[in-house]
Amino acid sequence: MKFDTPAGQNPIDQLKVVGKPHDRIDGKYKTTGTALYAYERNDAVANHAYGYMVGSAIAKGRINAIDLAEAKGAPGVIAIVTAANAGKLTKGDFNTANLLGGPEIQHYHQAVALVIAETFEQARAAAQLVRVDYARGKGRFDLATELKGAPLKPAEDKGPPVDRVGDFEGAFGKAAVKLDARYTTPDHSHAMMEPHASIATWEGDKLTLWTSNQMIAWGKGDVAKTLGLPKENVRLISPYIGGGFGGKLFVRTDAIMAALGAKAAGRSVKVTLQRPLMINNTTHRPATMQRIRIGATKAGKITAIAHESGSGDLPGGQPETAVNQTKLMYAGANRLTSMRLAVLDLPEGNAMRAPGEAPGLMALEIAMDEMAEKLGMDPVAFRIANDTQVDPEKPERRFSQRQLIKCLQTGADSFGWNRRNAKPAQVRDGKWLVGLGMAAGFRNNMLMKSAARVGIDRKGIVTVTTDMTDIGTGSYTIIAQTAAEMMGVDLDKVVVKLGDSDSPASAGSGGQWGANNSTSGVYAACVKLREAVAQKLGFNSTDAEFADGKVRSGNRSVSLAEAAGDAGLVAEDAIEYGDLDKKYQQSTFAGHFVEVGVNAYTGETRIRRMLAVCAAGRILNPKSARSQVIGGMTMGAGAALMEELAVDKRFGFFVNHDLASYEVPVHADIPHQDVIFLDEVDPISSPMKAKGVGELGLCGVGAAIANAIYNATGVRVRDYPITLDKHLDKLPEIA
Amino acid sequence: MKPFTYQRVSTPAEAAAAAARMANSKFIAGGTNLLDLMKLQIEAPAHLIDVNALKLDKIEDMPDGGLRIGALVTNTNLAADTRVRRDYGVLSRAIVAGASGQLRNKATTAGNLLQRTRCPYFYDTNQPCNKRQPGTGCSAIGGYSRQLGVIGTSDSCIATYPGDMAVAMRVLDATVHTVKPDGLTRTIPIADFHRLPGDTPQADTVLQTGELITAVTLPKPIGGTHVYQKVRDRASYAFALVSVAAVVQSDGSGRIAVGGIAPKPWRNEAAEADLPRGAKAVTTKLLADARPTEDNAFKVSLVERTLAAALAEAKG
Repeated sequence: MKFDTPAGQNPIDQLKVVGKPHDRIDGKYKTTGTALYAYERNDAVANHAYGYMVGSAIAKGRINAIDLAEAKGAPGVIAIVTAANAGKLTKGDFNTANLLGGPEIQHYHQAVALVIAETFEQARAAAQLVRVDYARGKGRFDLATELKGAPLKPAEDKGPPVDRVGDFEGAFGKAAVKLDARYTTPDHSHAMMEPHASIATWEGDKLTLWTSNQMIAWGKGDVAKTLGLPKENVRLISPYIGGGFGGKLFVRTDAIMAALGAKAAGRSVKVTLQRPLMINNTTHRPATMQRIRIGATKAGKITAIAHESGSGDLPGGQPETAVNQTKLMYAGANRLTSMRLAVLDLPEGNAMRAPGEAPGLMALEIAMDEMAEKLGMDPVAFRIANDTQVDPEKPERRFSQRQLIKCLQTGADSFGWNRRNAKPAQVRDGKWLVGLGMAAGFRNNMLMKSAARVGIDRKGIVTVTTDMTDIGTGSYTIIAQTAAEMMGVDLDKVVVKLGDSDSPASAGSGGQWGANNSTSGVYAACVKLREAVAQKLGFNSTDAEFADGKVRSGNRSVSLAEAAGDAGLVAEDAIEYGDLDKKYQQSTFAGHFVEVGVNAYTGETRIRRMLAVCAAGRILNPKSARSQVIGGMTMGAGAALMEELAVDKRFGFFVNHDLASYEVPVHADIPHQDVIFLDEVDPISSPMKAKGVGELGLCGVGAAIANAIYNATGVRVRDYPITLDKHLDKLPEIA
Repeated sequence: MKPFTYQRVSTPAEAAAAAARMANSKFIAGGTNLLDLMKLQIEAPAHLIDVNALKLDKIEDMPDGGLRIGALVTNTNLAADTRVRRDYGVLSRAIVAGASGQLRNKATTAGNLLQRTRCPYFYDTNQPCNKRQPGTGCSAIGGYSRQLGVIGTSDSCIATYPGDMAVAMRVLDATVHTVKPDGLTRTIPIADFHRLPGDTPQADTVLQTGELITAVTLPKPIGGTHVYQKVRDRASYAFALVSVAAVVQSDGSGRIAVGGIAPKPWRNEAAEADLPRGAKAVTTKLLADARPTEDNAFKVSLVERTLAAALAEAKG
């Protein structure tokens, strides 16, 4: 199905099942332990061996020699894979560094060997006996140093190195009120619960991988490319994923080494990355150093806005696109955005939940708070005064929907924003300095082709099959709701099969595009299936009604089971998009409001309450959407208050590489969260009229917390995370 | 983890004899720290002696009015004991400020005293560490040291003792009771139990090879208001950046011990005498010899501020 004109009335608009807060249909499997994750697929493979990864002990240099003698002689050892015996490997399209290092080492904990043994404990013990002789090379590990003289990186290939509209410097120079400030965000780890894990089995030259991967079709392609196999010889199976946050967008070394290990061992091999390797072996959100300049009239109209960001990555890597949202958030005739990319020999930087916007808004929305204060304006009013309904760089492009103002106003009313004291450090509650902060949230809506197959059997059961993934987001449930709505059946009559590369290729899970695109693909297949049903029954498909497990036309009514017959009926289709995303800017919006207490003695910040008001198209399932938003808000709290991969600039690695030392919020950090979804449908986005919401909850919330801390203390911190040491000595005197 | 042999023992004498017989053996009770370290081969005992059946899990009144805490009393049971809550509140508060409910259910009194440092370089076996591998150097010095020690450290090691319980025991002047492999018992004041690293940071405590903790005793209650302030980046389940255990009397005198800043719970009775003069006076004396790193220099003022918070809480 080609989607190239805005959606009209369609069966989804009935909202009998879609739009309802259904519990997750996979919830009972997860809460009873019967949803089997990649590492647990003992039902699928018999007699597997265990692989244990050895990560490089240096960040940059070469392996002189590896002595495997002792490890090979250890109890239970079956085989050891290293670059010396792995055969030719080709780097995948989505990887920056090689997934097996040696002799050249590109980053710390890059895989250098997999030890395969009869038991996990034997493999782990033998891995300690692998003796690697390294020649340590000189690496580049300090972002600030390497950014000096680093080249500009255009936002789009072959685009201008600096995006300009009007004359920024001129307008900024003349502006009545201006801000020029620098902000930093640190490297972040996805830190999802389930580590990267895979089981590999070969049947002849055909490889099956039970793995944990958000993007099945990308993964299949990169496994084939890396191992030099024809794509049709690779199958990925990933029905349940214990969190990803972008850390599982790409094939990682667990999958490749399990495949190589299984070949070497002559039997199935399972591999999971130990927790430290999740941090230094896989990807992370790169640190940024950002400069923001805003000029405005005395009345608070922005006349000039510039956002420059620098980040680093391994050679051939990509920048963290932290200036994305600044191109689109606020009006202003004179604009400048640019990015610099330094070369670093730290582990590979790559996408983490809301790449670009998450760290970009952490800076921009502090800057807006600072500007509001300079102008003597309320921060909500300042943002409303600079709203735009068009793409400020290309004013002919309107936003498909933009209810940012309503998000902010609704949030302000609901949160009691008018009780905020604009003068900081005025409100006390015992030992707590209390502050309120807000920020706007923004995340783009991305459109991706997505296919599905939908069938009805002779019992009237509707089965949806697609390689879409559910990374804990609720994909199973919203896909089932979509099929139930389209085919006129109850939710319990729908079976959803996900995460198998033999199934039609979906958009996958990433960039908050999964929900809208994958359900639109299911919609397309259902439209085709409805036509097949109507045709079989001799109904006119345009006036056939699908409801209550039956299809009706005029005075004829036939059950779906009967219509399907013994042979059943199946249809497959994909949603493919025209240029509506070029004609219109499609984005999602939020208003974040936060109250914090800062301990007047110790400087510890504790969040008291949080509210997000979201405008993100049709909300397909308010319960799972709310879970996504509060999860994002929690991740934003981590980014604001505690999360930072600490770089050892001498040896080039992230030092705090476990969950004891890379702190993420615990329940005690998150006392109260509210989410309000504005009533919105976006017919320009898709036939579902939905947009993404999985990342919006994260976008902006960190700055709202930062602004609340400032309001509480009067100390402005521009370097995340805002740990107590950043403001301790500047806090107000204890009375 | 290296393969090891394992035995259960049923009396302290049997435990001591087993330790004398087997070189490179370790006692195991809750295992909440030891097992993690064994998986990483930071600890690699050839033999484990399981002491859980030693029946050292009672909290008993002492004739002098104090309390005898068996080595195997769990953190959960110790914190919940009504006598502890009534007379030694600082201990109860310190324990519940640490770890998680599940860990406190397993962790024992003796094991908690023996918890090893959480220095990240100690945990990464690719990095030099004098505590883990004597003579290899300290990679924490000049590295990421935000969490590490500011006083009592040495050029060999800047690791901290990470726990909470021992900080409260230090302020309560607890005594550690042990039995050695030769069967002789001894008592060690808590002040002397943990060592400063000097040139031999591999030894965290003064315990000798095979020496087993059997109990910790607390002197009779000293009254006062008991406070435990633990400062950390997240609200729960994190080691202290700084913690302060305080027992403050109505005349403003009292005792304080500080956690998170040194290789042992840090207390200085001379500094403590300045308590009536306030947090600044005490801290100035307490940390006069501090040698913080750039990363953890904030801990010096954090100690003062946390102490001020503790004193304010004690005042009510």
